[in-house]
Amino acid sequence: MRVLIPSALVSYTGRSHVEASGRTLGEVLSDLDQRYPGIRFRMVDEQDRIRRHIRVFINADQVLDLARPLEADDEVVIVQALSGG
Amino acid sequence: MRGVGVLVATRKGAWFYYSDAGRDKWRVDGPHFLGHVVNHMVLDPRDRRTLLAAAKTGHLGPTIFRSTDRGASWKEAALPPAFPKAREGEAARAVDHTFWLTPGHVSQEDLWYAGTSPQGLFRSGDGGATWEPFSGIDEDARYRAWMGGAQDGTPDGAKLHSILVDPRDPAHLYFAMSGGGVHESLDGGASFAPLVDGLEVVEGFDRSNIAFHDPHCVRLCPGNPDRLYQQNHCGIYRLDRPSKTWRRIGKSMPREVGDIGFPMVVHPRDADTAWVFPMDGTQVWPRTSPGGKPAVYMTRNGGESWQRLDAGMPENQAWWTVKRQAMAVDALQAPALYFGTTSGELWMGRDEGSRWTCIARHLPEIYAVEAGALE
Repeated sequence: MRVLIPSALVSYTGRSHVEASGRTLGEVLSDLDQRYPGIRFRMVDEQDRIRRHIRVFINADQVLDLARPLEADDEVVIVQALSGG
Repeated sequence: MRGVGVLVATRKGAWFYYSDAGRDKWRVDGPHFLGHVVNHMVLDPRDRRTLLAAAKTGHLGPTIFRSTDRGASWKEAALPPAFPKAREGEAARAVDHTFWLTPGHVSQEDLWYAGTSPQGLFRSGDGGATWEPFSGIDEDARYRAWMGGAQDGTPDGAKLHSILVDPRDPAHLYFAMSGGGVHESLDGGASFAPLVDGLEVVEGFDRSNIAFHDPHCVRLCPGNPDRLYQQNHCGIYRLDRPSKTWRRIGKSMPREVGDIGFPMVVHPRDADTAWVFPMDGTQVWPRTSPGGKPAVYMTRNGGESWQRLDAGMPENQAWWTVKRQAMAVDALQAPALYFGTTSGELWMGRDEGSRWTCIARHLPEIYAVEAGALE
């Protein structure tokens, strides 16, 4: 499926739109990490919690649960929630 | 020796400053990682090419950037320092940032150590590409209690720092925790033991409780690895091994200045010479230069007496200070000192700190400064 990568993580992928696969959001993020080593840890901590300033949307709905099932034609959008100075 | 390189890590990126051996003209290279919080950047003295930078942004999790070509190109670690998955009923810890980086012993190619916040000790065996928790302390209930959690210690989290390797013995290690004392290992890090005798703690607290000990910066003297110096929350200390008792040498500082501060730097060859940058630790702990009059203090006799070094610095109304990793010394024949300020200025103290000049202004808040010789 298509995944939109936030600008802060394009250093890993080289482009803003990439392909990844998985039956859940967690599997998609793990697949991304296989393709781009280290990228998952920037978004999800070692206790499998989505980091505070990362937001994930699936087909425009915000998702907080890594176990959320996904379909092959879903679109995953990852954004960084800017705050502070 | 061709000259000197100074690595400057800041709240918004990293910069390199280069000069010839005369240190008169400086060339700047940067910013690197603009927008990243860079807590520490270190050149590997074993190959003089590999650089590691401990970084994060305000939005993403922490990582280690690695360069094998002196900063021309960088690659993120595939597996940065991270705590083990929490067991059932156990507090779940997540690394907020890597704070400290130390290259391994000269005989251990590609070995690095890292200290994090919340406090954790990590090791890489592949030059910083992948990291794992290091030593049995992570499974030791006493150490877990001394380490505390994300809410303990300094405003942005307690920090494991001052990881030191005895140049004579790779199995002899030290580290310090901003909340949790100084510790020593004689078995390559398999086990550690506290090394806090003689250190004071905040009045009213029990010094036998290791968690109350607050070392700010510990240094081992290259000229005599049996001597350590320490700037602590409660004074300046010296330790001469095999003794296990620290001696407070800050009592000989001027009373109006005191012996509170963050950084401590030792001479590359003379173990009797060391420098500190005092800060105001009175009442509400302003943590500024005392009286708005910044100065470095130097001892040439192991802390028996101290000399004020402020020639060239602002005479008053300068309220910046210097963080624990933000002062360094080069190893040239007449060493120069360097420090970076909380207000984003980089200063050099020629001839062991006797004459100060500002190398750069208007940088972001400076977190760390390292100086190294260029071949």
